[in-house]
Amino acid sequence: MTAIQETPATGAAAGAGVRREALYFAVRNGKLLAGFGIVLALFLLGFAGPALLEAADPNAYGTTPMSPPSGEHWFGTTTFGQDVFSQFVHGLRTTFIVGALGGGIAAVIAMAVGFTAGYRGGLVDEVLTMLTNIVLVIPTLAVLLIINAYLGVRSVPAQALFIGLTSWPWAARAIRAQTFSLRTRDFVALARLSGSSTRKIIMREIAPNMSSYLFMTFILLFGGSILIASSLDFIGLGPTEGISLGLMLQNANQWSAMQLGMWWWFLPPGAGITAVVGALYVANVGLDEVFNPKLRET
Amino acid sequence: MRQYFGRKLLVYGLTFFVAVTINWMVPRFMPGDPVSSMVARAGVSNPGAVETMRAYYTGLFGFDQPLWKQYANFWGALLQGDFGISIWVFPTPVSEVIMGAVPYTLGLMVPSVLLSWVVGNWAGALAARRRLLDNTVLPVGYVLTAMPYMWLAVLLAWGLGVVAGVFPVAGGYSFSLQPSLSWEFVADLLHHWVLPFLSLFLVALGGWAIGMRNMIIYELESDYSTYLSALGAPQRLIRRYAFRNAVLPQITGLALQLGVLVAGALVTEIVFSYPGLGSLILKAIQNQDFFLLQGTFMFIVLGVLIANFIIDIVYVVVDPRTRAGMAGAQA
Repeated sequence: MTAIQETPATGAAAGAGVRREALYFAVRNGKLLAGFGIVLALFLLGFAGPALLEAADPNAYGTTPMSPPSGEHWFGTTTFGQDVFSQFVHGLRTTFIVGALGGGIAAVIAMAVGFTAGYRGGLVDEVLTMLTNIVLVIPTLAVLLIINAYLGVRSVPAQALFIGLTSWPWAARAIRAQTFSLRTRDFVALARLSGSSTRKIIMREIAPNMSSYLFMTFILLFGGSILIASSLDFIGLGPTEGISLGLMLQNANQWSAMQLGMWWWFLPPGAGITAVVGALYVANVGLDEVFNPKLRET
Repeated sequence: MRQYFGRKLLVYGLTFFVAVTINWMVPRFMPGDPVSSMVARAGVSNPGAVETMRAYYTGLFGFDQPLWKQYANFWGALLQGDFGISIWVFPTPVSEVIMGAVPYTLGLMVPSVLLSWVVGNWAGALAARRRLLDNTVLPVGYVLTAMPYMWLAVLLAWGLGVVAGVFPVAGGYSFSLQPSLSWEFVADLLHHWVLPFLSLFLVALGGWAIGMRNMIIYELESDYSTYLSALGAPQRLIRRYAFRNAVLPQITGLALQLGVLVAGALVTEIVFSYPGLGSLILKAIQNQDFFLLQGTFMFIVLGVLIANFIIDIVYVVVDPRTRAGMAGAQA
């Protein structure tokens, strides 16, 4: 009796110890700090920036078109006199929303499919794996193209929703494989013997044991959503209202910013996307090193 | 092996079925009415003409028939290679328009994908366990994979095309030339091909290099490598074994990345106004040419499925376990 009662206590203590160890290495990992630092800085710029800027509408036409960066317009202006910096800041916000929503939806679907298929096995696994493989093979962007083309009014959340609905398969497959290897372990068998429900076993025993992996998967899905969204925007199927970094690139391309030498129009949006996604990837490598002792640099 | 291919073909068959069904469903079940938007686009004000056009488009989609019959007709037309008539270049059949663009896309994609895969794997394998090289390959790799395809394309076009003036930045060949098999035309074609190829090649390169580097490090730490080096095997031999094992996930990775690579090619073509499928899609969207868009979708799906199948065959050639019917390629 005492042994059973003690188990959760020592388990919790061990959990706290692991967490403290992870934190110890996390604050000493340059990649992680630099990656998250850049993401955080851009995040703050995207969310606090629009409020600090005077111009409420980033697409408002200005009086000084095609002017290079100056004190008044930090990133210069477009052919229509729109302030590029204002568009950039608002676009960053859209980028983060699409990444979080699209990546979040994809992660939830991937976890639901991956856990169920990996833990249940048998026919359920067969069916879910088949579904995963089918969605995996279909070229995502092509599907998004025809869906968005028929949507008359396109919004950022709708775009994120469709991206989330199509970009989960690789993550589901990875989570399934991990679950598969965990479900035969002794502690899972013990939980099953003690009468826990499937749901509880997955939430309490399996998911926490791969939480670092799940978090890293979410980061990759987040970055992937941003890249897919920017491609869609660039083809001309972006949100019909507002601004995003992809839309900025599309506008710059459509109005020949390149041929006119207006480098300040197309450099910032692409650099913004590259910085967010690249910083996320680098942070991910850092996280990997924090959670996996084998990879730590001594 | 038979089971392996049987399973693969089943997945591809089902995928094709799902893709066709999506293609059929989207115009019918999405909010909005494609017929009215097409009629509105024509900008006819005469009520009689509007009615005639409406009837014509409704008949074209077959919206007046029961749903199951529309679905059957859709398959019937598809199997006969009938994708409808393009509205953008009326009255050319969609399949003809697409066939004119496919060679450009393939000519761009096949070399860039294969070369970036080969070079990326080579660079990654070299970088693993060589600190100096690793410290350059890794950051460059991460920046390249994080770049949106169109942005690198724009940067290259601006730097090498507009500023330096070395390469043309638009079109598949000069407007002054007619497509022919002369040296002049081929040279011009290649000249226009370099920049889009380079940008596709570079963006994909980073991902392959990082993947290979990580796989080689993983393999070099595995038991068989440790055992081999304990036996005193030369480092070269161990590395060769590690490479052969590490290349397998990279082949699977190539299959998984196909969708992303196609997407990259599409937006790159748009940047360079390269006359492939990407520019076709842009035109289709700008002109609300839904038949052309859906036809292109079917072609992309077919192309990706065929490429997947080719990769499966390569996998069987490279990995002997699949031939022996062992659990090598569950993927």
